[in-house]
Order: sequence, then structure tokens, then C-alpha cells
Amino acid sequence: MSLTGGAPASINTTQKIGVLVGMAGLFILLLATFNVNLGNQAVWLAIALSAITAGIIVFAKGAYANKLPGIKNDGVWFKSMSSRGVLGWMAGIALTGFYIILYFYAGVLGLGQGVDGANTGLVGLFDPLSRFLSGNPASQWFVYGTLYTIAILAFGIKFMWKYRHNRYEQLRTVSVMFFQTAFAFVIPELMARLNTDNFSLPYNDLKLMWPLNYYAFDQWRVDQFINAQTVGLAFLIFGILTIFVISPILTYKYGKRWYCSWVCGCGGLAETAGDPYRHLSDKGMKAWKLERWMINTVLVFSVVMTTAVISTYLGYDSTKYWFTKNTFLISVGAFLTLVFAIVLYYKKDQLNTSAFKGAIGAFVITIGFLVAMSFMDFSQIKINASYFSFGLNTNEYALDGAMRTFYGFGIGSIFSGVIGTGFYPILGNRVWCRMGCPMAGILGIQQRLFSKFRITTNGGQCISCGNCSTYCEQGIDVRAYAQKGENIVRSSCVGCGVCSAVCPRGVLKLENDSLKGRINPKDVLLGNDVDLMNYVNNK
Amino acid sequence: MYNVFQKTGISCLCENLKQQPSMEEHIVIIGNGISGVTTARHIRKLSNKRITIISAETDHFFSRTALMYIYMGHMKFEHTKPYEDYFWKKNRIDLKNAFVENVDHANKNLQFADGSTMAYDKLVLAVGSKPNKFGWPGQDLKGVRGMYSKQDLDALEEYAPNNEVCKRAVIVGGGLIGIELAEMLNSRNIPVTFLVREESFWNGVLPAGESAMINRHILNHHIDLRLSTNLKEIIADENGRARAVVIPETGEELACDFVGLTAGVSPNIDFLKDSGIELGRGIKVNRYLETNIPDIYAVGDCAEQHEGIGMRRPIEAVWYTGRMMGETVAQTLCGNRIEYKPGHWFNSAKFLDIEYQTYGWVFSERSNMEHQQLFHWKHEDDTKCITVATEVGTGKFLGINTFGIRMRHEVFDRWLTEERSSDYVMENLATANFDPEFYKHFEKEILSAYKSENTFAKA
Ligand SMILES: Cc1cc2nc3c(=O)[nH]c(=O)nc-3n(C[C@H](O)[C@H](O)[C@H](O)COP(=O)(O)OP(=O)(O)OC[C@H]3O[C@@H](n4cnc5c(N)ncnc54)[C@H](O)[C@@H]3O)c2cc1C
Ligand code: SF4
Ligand code: SF4
Repeated sequence: MSLTGGAPASINTTQKIGVLVGMAGLFILLLATFNVNLGNQAVWLAIALSAITAGIIVFAKGAYANKLPGIKNDGVWFKSMSSRGVLGWMAGIALTGFYIILYFYAGVLGLGQGVDGANTGLVGLFDPLSRFLSGNPASQWFVYGTLYTIAILAFGIKFMWKYRHNRYEQLRTVSVMFFQTAFAFVIPELMARLNTDNFSLPYNDLKLMWPLNYYAFDQWRVDQFINAQTVGLAFLIFGILTIFVISPILTYKYGKRWYCSWVCGCGGLAETAGDPYRHLSDKGMKAWKLERWMINTVLVFSVVMTTAVISTYLGYDSTKYWFTKNTFLISVGAFLTLVFAIVLYYKKDQLNTSAFKGAIGAFVITIGFLVAMSFMDFSQIKINASYFSFGLNTNEYALDGAMRTFYGFGIGSIFSGVIGTGFYPILGNRVWCRMGCPMAGILGIQQRLFSKFRITTNGGQCISCGNCSTYCEQGIDVRAYAQKGENIVRSSCVGCGVCSAVCPRGVLKLENDSLKGRINPKDVLLGNDVDLMNYVNNK
Repeated sequence: MYNVFQKTGISCLCENLKQQPSMEEHIVIIGNGISGVTTARHIRKLSNKRITIISAETDHFFSRTALMYIYMGHMKFEHTKPYEDYFWKKNRIDLKNAFVENVDHANKNLQFADGSTMAYDKLVLAVGSKPNKFGWPGQDLKGVRGMYSKQDLDALEEYAPNNEVCKRAVIVGGGLIGIELAEMLNSRNIPVTFLVREESFWNGVLPAGESAMINRHILNHHIDLRLSTNLKEIIADENGRARAVVIPETGEELACDFVGLTAGVSPNIDFLKDSGIELGRGIKVNRYLETNIPDIYAVGDCAEQHEGIGMRRPIEAVWYTGRMMGETVAQTLCGNRIEYKPGHWFNSAKFLDIEYQTYGWVFSERSNMEHQQLFHWKHEDDTKCITVATEVGTGKFLGINTFGIRMRHEVFDRWLTEERSSDYVMENLATANFDPEFYKHFEKEILSAYKSENTFAKA
């Protein structure tokens, strides 16, 4: 179809001003990156960040202010930026490039390039703000964290404007804006102020829990916590409590959305800056299959990795901790077996064959690793990197270190950053959450099996239009359920509520209700002959 | 792994696929809309019969109700297909893209436009509707279209792609499709004049208060709504393309580049005129959805009951009834002959930004239903209202229209079955609320308004 330079694909004057102002802000950052001497850094940084924020807000005003409240998806598939057009690809490449520089070439940004390792360039520009908050010079991570937070705040305002008729969307956006700003950005920086020579608080984002935070139980971190005495120990205990107590309870009551759509920073960015790309997620059966493989592999991997890491340092340093290596491994094994047995016992009827096989497979592999660990010391196994790098790298690495590096690199940087965010404009805004996040994996299993959360389908009202499936960022074919009158109970649903918002017939409602009748497929929908409904649905 | 605990709609429907269907009965369905496709899916669930679906519109089933979203850029055509393309083969439902010109029921044979033929054992007519045209001069000009089919959508894309090619569009007929078309054109900033014959939008169906609210909502969207206004004729330019419409009331000649005809639909049955199948406005069927000819059935928009069921009209051109007829006729075709016995009436639509749902029967004042009494509440923001119909004398709850507030189908269906009083319904309205979490609730306000009117006999 020849599509139109028509109205929906173009932007209005206010929006153009917004783009201009925002770009001016980015341009200042770019100048700084190329070490153009701007003079007073604090002032220029303030100007740049304000311009970026203001630009986004002005753009949002142009997009929504003069329209009546309602769904604002006009032209989404015509705009080059949001339909994998030239602009979309350009944005994707730019973002990806930024991540690669950030992760691997921070020097380019000016990190430690000056006299005595002082910062220059972009990182240098952020020094004043960093000093103001934590007292220390900036790092590339501080630059990233600041921009990240600004993106969530400014695009969060845009999102709230877009959904000004929908209080669920507004409240959860306020929530992610708050958690990002306070917990991920300001508090950890301020905590660094409390550090003295003999007392050091670990840098801790309280809402970032294992396994999303895959290094949570690395020795240096645990030591940091323990060394920080009472406060540190409190953090450590809080961290463990969140994983084993708080999170399961909240997930039971509200589904995984309490984390993924209300608290999490990755989710926060996806829901705000990533919102214009939510419809790009793949809804096909193949993508769903891939998703199940990926996310559960990542989950097994992160459990094994973390256990390996902990058992390694328990192995040689056990006097310092309460556990020895083998008690630890045995308790992990026992715990997993117990959880697995409970699932099988109570939920067997809900597992179809492929899920059943998958679950058994994952369990056996995990336990296999645990057993292997108790007999072997992974740090003693050496791998010569030349086997894998065609001789480019001839160093030897210990297996545990290699695995950890691979995990940190593969999952932490490449997946969550470069692909997860850099590819927003190509693969949609939640690829990472859907395919790669181990946290989403765990919460998903809980949500699927032990939660009151579901998306209720409103009787026979569905007209199979497909808005819900199209705008589900998690690639769930919501319509497939709705048109069968079946509630949506899917492990990957992050409860963003957008399917419910865009449904033109009021068919979907996110709710927490009793476990009974939570999954309820129907062949004949409400509205038809009652006798026929009874006859067919109860067969 | 953990999220496939149960199968989705895309799974295989038939249990004994391995048996070869060589001697199986051949069921042919004309029409791949919701009614035809539901019929096919349910036959497949129940049996191993050979199934062919024929359509001249598209290769695969798509959701007609979603056509507007393609033009508005919310979705692409492929998103409107409720089943992925592999579904049909997997469930052994044969698809054929061809136009049926004639049904030869004596020989159980179909003739296609290209001259080929196909034999059937049983035939289901699910041929849908076509836009009404009331003999307006110029109604067949280029740039004059209904808004029903994929082809209509393609034509719209050609004649009204943007506001440079189409400087103004005129829509004739104020119903559900008319307002959708207005919204569509509006999304591309094409100025729209909306001619509505009635003195208020859709007031043959909607009670006055609701209809008036929608009038204002349309105007708020900068759509040029002309009430009590008809179309006299459409004038052509030298290329046979519409260039203006004439409005009889004012004699005004209004320049435009596209005219949308949305004055209702009627069954799409011209090709059956000489077939021997009994026709009225639609294809006449009995309660078993059987036509006068053995082994030929009709479902969906094109089927006409000899007498309306309950308060329903003989022809029901909505999505849900098409689906229900499909669910029913499949039983009959598979040996369990049952009547079409729809439950309580329900429907829904969306007027620009305002969602509308209805459960049970609420009639407009214009339909002069003396057995009903109406209670109307409207929120001050002018985008939410409800109307409750009560039976005069008994206080029985008859039905509800809601605008801007979502309600639970299940709850209203139950209340209607239990024959609750309106007093009961109003007291318990909160249980029926289906709005997203954290939305403001208005039940208290509604209840106090209801009580203060206090016009109903307690039941
Ligand atoms: C724009 C629009 C919006 C709508 N919105 C709603 C809504 O929100 N809610 C609601 O309840 N209803 C709505 N409707 C009505 C609803 O879509 C119809 O009631 C429903 O689609 C009818 O389905 P059907 O299967 O009976 O027929 P159709 O969907 O019309 O299918 C009939 C098919 O048969 C084909 N066909 C006909 N004759 C032949 C032949 N001789 N040879 C080959 N093929 C043939 C046609 O090309 C067509 O593809 C809407 C309709 C339109 C047009
Ligand atoms: S649930 Fe709503 S959005 Fe999804 S297909 Fe049905 S009517 Fe459309
Ligand atoms: S199913 Fe709905 S609530 Fe869940 S992730 Fe998809 S769009 Fe969001």
C-alpha cells in the first residue's frame, strides 16, 4: 500500500520545537564528548539536561495537549520512527553504538583521560553533579544513570499525558519514576557520602534484587555488606528476604507486575522511553517458543552461576562465613528439590507435556551442576581462551571466572543493554524482559502457578479486533484468549495494562481474585444458548 | 516451558487427525467472516468432515470490526487476522479465494465466476452484508464507497489518503459504521461533514440523553455534524469522480473528494436471486438456521429469521450473533440438531473516545415502548452516562446502556436471568463494574440520583 505523506505520519509545530530543543541538549553533550571547552561545566550540564527534558515534554504537549483524552495510536504504523522505518533504524543504531561505547570504550567518553586520571569530555561534564551528590567524580555509569533517570522522568511525563484518562497507567508510571529516581539514583549516591576510611557502605540499589542483580552474592559484595557491619548486614538480610519472602508474597497477591511495571528500572525505561515501540514485539508462535527456551535457560544459568560463585568462596574461606561449601550446596539442592516437588504435586494437572518435560530437564540440569560442584573445584579447571578465539587470546581462565565473565558480559551487558535497549526501535521495548531477564523468569513461574493475578475476559464482548495483541509489549497473543472467553494467565505478562486500555470494547481487566476458576477456557462464549454453553463447555 | 501449561487457541482442534477423511462428508461454507469461520472451527472440533471455506474478499479470515484501525495506523492488515496463517492447514480447513456466482442445489454444485465448479454435501451460507444504497443520484461514482469490505478500505486509501488529495469527505448516514468512518478520516486530519437524517445521532437506538451526549462529543472532535440533514445527490466532475454533494434542506452544494455511504447494511444475497433458496431481505431460515432447501443453511448477517426471536430483529447484523449462529449450526451439522436460542442481548461499540456497552433491552424514546421507564444519569464531564430501563408496574430490570464505564457481562447476564429489580441492580452496581483498577467509581452518585428520582415501584 502506498502510504501517504498524510497527516498522521507528520509532526506539528510544537513537536518540531520539542525535537529542536531536545536535540540542542544532546548536541551540548556531544560537544562535551569531543572535548570542546564549554567553560563552566555545571552550567552547561544543567542547560543540556534541562533542554533534553524540556524537549521531550514540549514534544508530548504537541502530541497530546490539544486532543481529547483517549487512545493515541493514530499513525503508529505509518511513522518511520515507530514502524522500523529509516528513523527507527537510525535510532536503533545510535542507541546500540552508545551502549557499546559505554560498556567497552568508556575512555572515549573521557573517563580518566585527563591529568592524574581526572575525567574529561562527557564524563567530565558530569563531575559537578556527581560531586554534589556523592562527593566523588563521575564515572561512565554515573553519566548513564543520570541520562537513564532523565529518560524515565521525561518520557514518564509523556506517557502520563498520553494516558491521561487512565489512572492505572498514571499511577504505575509515577511509581517507576519514583523508584528510579530515589532508589536507583539518588539514595545510592547519597549513601556513598557516609563512607569513611574504615567504614564503607556497599553501593546498593535496594530495589535491584537477585537474580536481576546477578552479582548480588559475589564475594566482594557480600564482604562489602559484612564489612559494613550492622547497616550492611541489614541490607544483606533485606536482600535475601526480598527474594524468598517479600517477592513471593507480593507476586502471589498482585502478580509479577508489582515489580516489572511498578518498581523495576529496566521495566521503567521500557514503559516510558520504550513505549512508542511496544507494538514491535513479535506475536508469532515461533517467538513464543524461543522465549520459553531463552528465559528458562537464562534462569537455570543464573541459579547455577550464583551457586557456583558462592560455593567457590565458601570453599576456600569458610571460616569467615556461617556455611561450608557442602552444607551450602546440599541446602540449595534440597531447597530446589522441595520447590520442584511442591510444584509437581499441586500443579501437575496444569502442566502440559512439553512444559512438563522442560521443567524436568531444567531441574535435572540444575541438580547435575550442583553435584558436579560439590566434587569439583571450578576455580581449578582452566580453560585456554585460544580454543574459542581462534588463537587471538591465549590467556588461561579459571572455569568459574570464565562463566561469570560470560554471564556478566553476555547477559548483563550485551543482552540487557545493547540488545535490550539499543534494539527498542527494532525488536520492541521489552525483548530483554521477555527473553533474557532471569528475574522475570522466576516471577513468571510464580505468577503462572501461584498467584491471584489474571486478566479477566469480559464474557462474550470480544470482537477479535487485535488491538490488545498488537500493543502487548510482551508479545502475548491476548486476543487468542479473549476471543475464547478465557482469562489471560501467562508467566510473561508484566501487567502493564495497555491491552486493557487499548481494547475498544472493554473486554480486559487486570485483577487479583481467587485461584479457583482462574484458568477457564470456553468453547461457546457467554451470550449464547445456556443449554448449549453447558453442553459444550462442560464436556 | 512454564507458560504452555495449557493450549492456546492456536493449538490443534481435532483429536483424531490421523484418520483419512476420504469418505467424509464435504461441508462447504461461503464466506470467511466470523460466522463462517466459527462454523468451520466448531465442525472441526466435533468431527472429521471435509471443510472448505470460500471467499472472494481475502485469502484469510480477518476481523471486519478492525478495518478502521488499519486506516488509522493502529494496526496493519496482518494484525487483524485472529489466527496465524498456518492454522487453517493444521486444522485441515481448505480455503478457496473465488466468487460464487450460482448455487445449483438440485445437483449440489457451486459455480464460480471463473467458470469452475465445486460439489458439496452440505452448504452453509455466511455471505454477510453489503452497504445500503438508497438510489441517490451519483451513488456509484468514483470516490463514493461504503465502508464494509477490505476492498472498500483499499478504495478509501486511494481516494482519501490524506488531506491534500481529499480536501473534504462527506459521510452519509449516522450509525455505528458512519461514526467509525468519521473517526478514521479525522485521524488523517481530513475535514469531515457528517450528514445524519435523524435530529440526533443514532436516536432510533439510543435514548435522548445519550444520543445528545454523543452529538456533543462528535462536535468536540471538530467533525462537522449536520443533524436532520439528508443527501439529495452526488455531483461528478468531468472524470466521473465525485466532486460535491447537494443537501436538500439548504440547497447547499458542498465540495468534497470522497463520499462514504454508511446508511446501514443489508444481506449480500444478489447472487442467490434465482437459486430457489427462499429470500426476504435476507436468506430465510428457521430456528435451526435451515433454509427451505435441504442441506443448505444460513448464518450471520445474511440470515433472516421468519420471526424475530424475543425482542430481537429478524436480521441481526452484529459480530456476536454471527459467532453464536456459527457455534449453533456446527452442532446441527454434526448430528446434534439444535435450535438457535441466543441468550440475553448484549452489544458494544465505541464512539470516538467513548466506549458503549449494553446488556438486556433499553429502547430509545422514539421506539415508543410503553412498558419501559428510563432512568438516566450523566457525569458532569459529559463523557460518561448510564441509562437503566425498568418495566413499568413491576420494577423489573430490563436492561442498561453504559457510556464511558465498563461493566461485567457475566454479572448483568446473571441479573437478567434472575429477573432482578432495577432497585437491586442499582444497589449492587459496584459488583458489575469492570473499569481498570484505580479508576474513579460513580456508583454512589448514581445510586443517590436514582433514589432521588424515586419514581419506581418497589419490587
Ligand atoms: C466497519 C465495521 C465495523 C463493525 N463493527 C462492529 C462491532 O463493533 N461490533 C459488532 O458486533 N459488529 C460490528 N460490525 C458488524 C460485523 O462486522 C458483522 O456483523 C460481521 O462481520 C458479519 O459477519 P459474517 O460472517 O456474517 O459476514 P462477513 O464478515 O460479511 O463475511 C462474508 C464474506 O462472504 C464473502 N462472500 C459473500 N458472497 C460471496 C460469494 N458469492 N462468493 C464468495 N464470497 C462471498 C464476502 O466477501 C465476505 O468476505 C461491523 C461491521 C463493519 C463493516
Ligand atoms: S480483547 Fe478487546 S482488543 Fe483484544 S481482540 Fe478482543 S475486542 Fe479487540
Ligand atoms: S498481556 Fe496486557 S498487561 Fe500483560 S504484558 Fe501484555 S499488554 Fe501488558
